[in-house]
Amino acid sequence: MSFKTDFQRVAGLGSAKSGAHHWFGERLKAVALIPLTLAFICIVAPLVGSDYANVVAAFQNPIKAIAVILFFLVTFKHLEEGLQVVIEDYVHGKAALLTLLIGTKLFCWAFGLAGVFAVAKIAFGG
Amino acid sequence: MADQNRGNRPLSPHLTIYRPQMSSMTSIFVRLTGIALTLGFVMIIWWLIAAASGPAYFDRINGLMTGWFSILIWIASIWALWYHFLGGVRHLIWDMGYGFDLKTADMMGYIMIGGSFVMTILTFIMIGVCS
Repeated sequence: MSFKTDFQRVAGLGSAKSGAHHWFGERLKAVALIPLTLAFICIVAPLVGSDYANVVAAFQNPIKAIAVILFFLVTFKHLEEGLQVVIEDYVHGKAALLTLLIGTKLFCWAFGLAGVFAVAKIAFGG
Repeated sequence: MADQNRGNRPLSPHLTIYRPQMSSMTSIFVRLTGIALTLGFVMIIWWLIAAASGPAYFDRINGLMTGWFSILIWIASIWALWYHFLGGVRHLIWDMGYGFDLKTADMMGYIMIGGSFVMTILTFIMIGVCS
């Protein structure tokens, strides 16, 4: 999806690559997280202090499992992009910057995938 | 990144130079709560992995997650989540080009601070009612 007008594209104006696209993606995830966060709180808050059977039963409900998986997918990407912006703002020096950016990416992918896998495993039969 | 050709040119005023304002301080806290929420994210996923691993491991982690120190982290995380949520909505409103006049910007700051505490209390009432 391009957010440039035809004239901008022909004249070579604006970002050379994908600036507007990246910016819009960040906002899109933030907007998606409004309903997803509300759903997540409503699903998980009642499970606080609950026993194993209750927790497993909750995530075997497909609507709840899908909502929580969506929440994790969008959250880990939102977290990755958010941490990326903070790191780019405050960390100078190429080595530290690269290390932190790559570390953030790996960390967010690992935990996002772990969350999705855990919910899917419970949903597909505990 | 932009440092290479800076030379001795003056820098624009940085955070420590500006007088703290409602809009800047509440915005900085959106970032801080976002960073802090990483911990809550890790904890909730750990708890879910425990639930996916079976009853024995779940009971051990669930005990850990309902200890007093964890509960402090949960309370802080729920507050941070609401603060970040409301702050994010404010930034989206700003991104659409609304709410830049001083009165509205300040008012949204007060709503964020007040709202985050109100929503935290409501969340705990919900947890109390359900369990």
